[in-house]
Parts: sequence; C-alpha cells; structure tokens
Amino acid sequence: MKKLVLFGIVSIGLMSFVGIGGLNPIKTNEVGTLQGSGISISAAGSTFAGPIYKAAFGKYQAKTGVTVSYGLTGSGAGITSLKDKVVDFCGSDAFLSNDDMKKMPSEVVHIPTCSGAVDIVYNLPGIGSINLTPALLTKIFMGKTTNWNDAELKKLNPKTKFPNLKITVVYRSDGSGTTAIFSDYMSKVSEEWKTKIGAGKTLNWPVGMGAKGNPGVAGTIGSTDGAIGYVGSEYAELSKKISFAAIQNKAGKFIMPTVDAVSAAGKSDIPADTRVMETNSAEAKAYPISGFTWIILYKNQNYNGRSLAQAQETVKLIDWMLNPEVQGMAKQLNYAPLPAKVVKMAKGILRTVTYNGKALLK
Amino acid sequence: MNSEKVTKRILFIASFILIILISGIVLTLISGAFPVFEKYGFSFIYSDKWDPTEGKEQYGALTYIVGTVITSLLALIICIPFAFSTSLFIGEYYKGTLVAKIIGTLIDLLAGVPSIVYGLWGFYYLRPLLFNLGENTQGYGIFTSSIVLAIMIIPYATSISTEIISLVPNHLKEAAYSLGATRLEVITNVTIPVARSGIIASYILALGRALGETMAVTMLIGNSNLMPKGIFSLGNTMASVIANQFGEASGLKLSSLIAIGLLLFVVTGFINGIGKLIIKKFA
Repeated sequence: MKKLVLFGIVSIGLMSFVGIGGLNPIKTNEVGTLQGSGISISAAGSTFAGPIYKAAFGKYQAKTGVTVSYGLTGSGAGITSLKDKVVDFCGSDAFLSNDDMKKMPSEVVHIPTCSGAVDIVYNLPGIGSINLTPALLTKIFMGKTTNWNDAELKKLNPKTKFPNLKITVVYRSDGSGTTAIFSDYMSKVSEEWKTKIGAGKTLNWPVGMGAKGNPGVAGTIGSTDGAIGYVGSEYAELSKKISFAAIQNKAGKFIMPTVDAVSAAGKSDIPADTRVMETNSAEAKAYPISGFTWIILYKNQNYNGRSLAQAQETVKLIDWMLNPEVQGMAKQLNYAPLPAKVVKMAKGILRTVTYNGKALLK
Repeated sequence: MNSEKVTKRILFIASFILIILISGIVLTLISGAFPVFEKYGFSFIYSDKWDPTEGKEQYGALTYIVGTVITSLLALIICIPFAFSTSLFIGEYYKGTLVAKIIGTLIDLLAGVPSIVYGLWGFYYLRPLLFNLGENTQGYGIFTSSIVLAIMIIPYATSISTEIISLVPNHLKEAAYSLGATRLEVITNVTIPVARSGIIASYILALGRALGETMAVTMLIGNSNLMPKGIFSLGNTMASVIANQFGEASGLKLSSLIAIGLLLFVVTGFINGIGKLIIKKFA
C-alpha cells in the first residue's frame, strides 16, 4: 500500500513537471553568453523587413565581428519571442497598441528603421502594371469582384486586355505586419471593410487562400494564374511572373510603389514615440499603402541575466541601423530611407534605453 | 540484487517514463485548452466562426474539424484500392519473388520520404496538373491534399497488410486447394477472412497518420478559414491551422489552438479505439 501511495505522489509530481512546465515561456540565458571573443545578438520577427536586415546585419558582422541572427518568423511571432525574453529585440511592421504594451513584461520602445511599401501584386500572364482604386481593391479583397474581365477593371484600364480568369485572393495565413499595414489602409478607405473585417495582424478573410510569410504569398501568386495579393516591395521583385498595381491615393493620383513615393508618405506628422501608420497619406506623390518597420526592444536592458556588454552591443547595432550607411542600403532593396527628422527622433528614443538606470548610448 | 531484478526494474522505469510523458502531454493540452472551453463550452467544437481580429475575437473549430475529417477519409478511400491490390500482389500472388521484393522496397521508400517533399511535389506538379484538368480553385484545395495524403499513407497500409497476408498459414490454403478451390477462391475465402483484422488495422493506422499530417497539407489545402463546400473547395485542417498560427498566438487564440491540438489527440485516440474494437470483433 505504502509503495502505491509513493508511486502516486511521484507520478503526480513528475506529471506536473512535464505538463505545467511546458506551458511556461522558455527562459534561456543562451542569448546573453559570450561566444568566443564576439557577442552574438539574436532577434526575430518581420519578414517584410527581412531582406534589408539580412543585408545590414551581414555587413555589421563583417565590420565588427558581432553576429546577429534574425529569424524570419513574422511580426506576430517576433513580438511573442520578445515577450518571452528569448530574443534581444524583435522586428515588427505593426506597432504595439497601448493594450499590447501593457501586456509586455516591462516597458518597450519602438525604433523605426526604414519604411516600405506593401505592393498589390498579381499574376496575369502578359499584363504589366494596372491601375486600381481603393473601391475596386475593396471589392476584390472582399470577394465581390470575382473575375478579371470585370467591367469596372476594364473601365479603369482601357488599354489592358483582361482575360476571362477567376480572381484568386492570396493573403497571409500567419500573423503579419504586412497584413496590419494593408488592413489598416483598407479600414481607412472603406467603411464596409472597417466594420466587417477590420485591421490587425491576422484577419477573418471572406474569400481567398492563405500562405505563410511574405515569401509564401509571393510564391503562391507567382505560381497561380489570376492570383492577387499583397507583399512587401522586396518580395514583389523576386518573381518575374508577378507585376504590381498603381494605387489611387488620397489626392486622386495613381501611384506606383516606388522608393520616392514611399518616402513622400513619411513626410506627414509623426508622434514622439513614432507609433503611427503612414497609410493613406494626403501627400500628392505618396503611395498610400506603406508603413514604417520597427525594431522593438525593452527600455530596461537588464533582464533575464543579460550582460552589460550584450545590452551595449544591442543598442549599438540599432544605432548603426539609423546611420546613412544603412539608410543608403535601403534604397537598393526597395525600402525608403527614414526622413532626417525621424532618424533624429529614433536616435533620441534609443538614448532612453538603459541598463541599471544608466543610458547605454550618449 | 540479481540481474533478473535489475532487468525488471529497468524495463519498468522505461515504460513508466512513457506513461508520465503521455499523461504530461495530455495534462498540458487540457490545462492549456481550459480557458476556451470555459468561455465557449462545447460550442467551440460545433461553431465555425474563427475570427482572430483584435476586438472581435471569436473561436470555433468546426471548419478545421470538418477539413481534417474530409481530407483524411478521402485520402483513405483513394489509398485503399492501391494498398489492397498491392498487398495481395506482393503478399500472395508474387510472394517471395524478385518483383515483389523490388516493389516492397519501393513502397517502404515512400514511407521514408519527408512530408515536405510530398508537399513540394504536390505544389509544383500535381497542382498544375489538377488545374489543367479543370479543377476550379487554381489546383489548391481538399482534393489535391487528399491525393498527396493518399500517396503518403499507402506505404503504411500496404506494408502491414502485406505482412499479415503473407502470414496466413499455408496449411489452410493447401487444404482449400486440395478441395479444388481456384486461386481467387482461396484468396476470397481463406486469405482475406483470416487476415481481415490485420488488414483493417493497417488502414486504421494509415488513417491515424493522415489525420495528423501537417506540412504537405498546409502547402496544398489553401488555408482558407471558410467552411468547405465540397471536396474541390479550399479548406484548412486542424494540424495546419496550428502550424500557421501558433507563432504569434497568445491568450484566447493560443488556448484555442491548444484546444484544437487536444481535439486532434482525442479524435486520433477515438479512431484507434474503434480500430481496436474492429480487430477484437474479427479476431
């Protein structure tokens, strides 16, 4: 009998260890360990900003010996990793709402690194750029316009010969900042979208199919005739089979998602913490679906046993991202560099990041 | 302590750890899924509203349950004729010959191919093929996934039924032959009845594999959150919705995904249970 009781106690104990233990966020100090002489920084998040981060971090490693590993997990998963304190910072194309900020274990800051356009891309063999109005965009993505030979599409693009082809809407199946920018824009231009679908990192789509990550969406559209979707600019360039649309902006002009058109959108007023969606800008030359991409990190860098050196290297890296060296790279990769005043604001915010109460950068 | 006792103890510990692990997993799933069932009750299972948009969150798993059940059953239906004929071919007609050995090895090879490879093949070859045959949803959808799933589960169904069929005692078959039965009569009256429970068990094992398959299905099913209207429409399965959305999930959404995991666990257990019952009945 005694044996049986002991057996029971031990098994319940072990069960709760295996069971409940698994629910807690994984805590690791690996991030903070020194690897050889160099420090390694780990981050995760936005696939939208992936191409520029990859180029910039590669350059930084060659320059300083600090390795930066950036996981292309999508903004949503990046934020979760930061919340679980398993990364040094995360990349996100959607800023945290006030509610979300409260849910983080401690105060975080947003540092914009560049801005990028969300391109409306489609796969129509033999057809180049077309014009789209916000109203038509809404109809397509809500499943009301279902064929490419639609009368309104023809009227808007009289020179284009549209095929009789079913429209397949492709969206992000995972939580995504790209979706957040796109749906924020759609909610601004369409009351119906705002009430029925809304804005966010994941949505309840009325039509279409999902694909994972920006590369997944670009790949699916590239291999599906008649598909339309939204991706970060750099991904629109990857496939030769897809073209992008000029979107009618608030001023009534049809604008292609060029670097200059995205920069123009960044000229409007920016709040002190840079948490703003640039979509539907009133500037005449602005492309309407664009937004900042941010690096999010904890304001107090002394957490989870991280070393001072680790914290210093992290903010140094982010500070370097704001320098002309990286901002100049942005253009080649179809991102728009930050306007000078935003760089100044971002550098200011970065200087409020502390370790044991002391600012890490001067 | 003698070696007898030591062996016994080692065996006991090993199996005990397994029990703990399984109970631990179940416990995790139950405690993780608890908030959802607390909020929605059983309507989580029969509601098809899945809206993760902030502010109007609502979760119901029916769409995914239906998607999983349809894809797996369809895959099983497609798989059975192939698996059944192949196992008879290898296990009875050409038993022990070189041809049978080659085919058997090839089928085992199919089982070893990682599911992502099936997904790739389906995405780049099967999907355009189905599209050209006139399927409407750009080649994506439940039917496409089911075909790939069927190919993936054929080896499971085949190799076990082959084994069982070739284990049918020779003296039974010889007795039938001596009574003047033809080969077909021996197969239908002796081999299949004797091997029946084993054959059914192999299909159930295959179904279990189809239920949980994630990667290849996610690549082909279209990940649509709408209730499928038929076998040619887009859909989503329980496993692929978890794979797609676990990364950023938190709060109620995470709990919903865990609840789906728990349901998948329960459904798999249920199906295995039915399989065991069938085997018991015929054995």
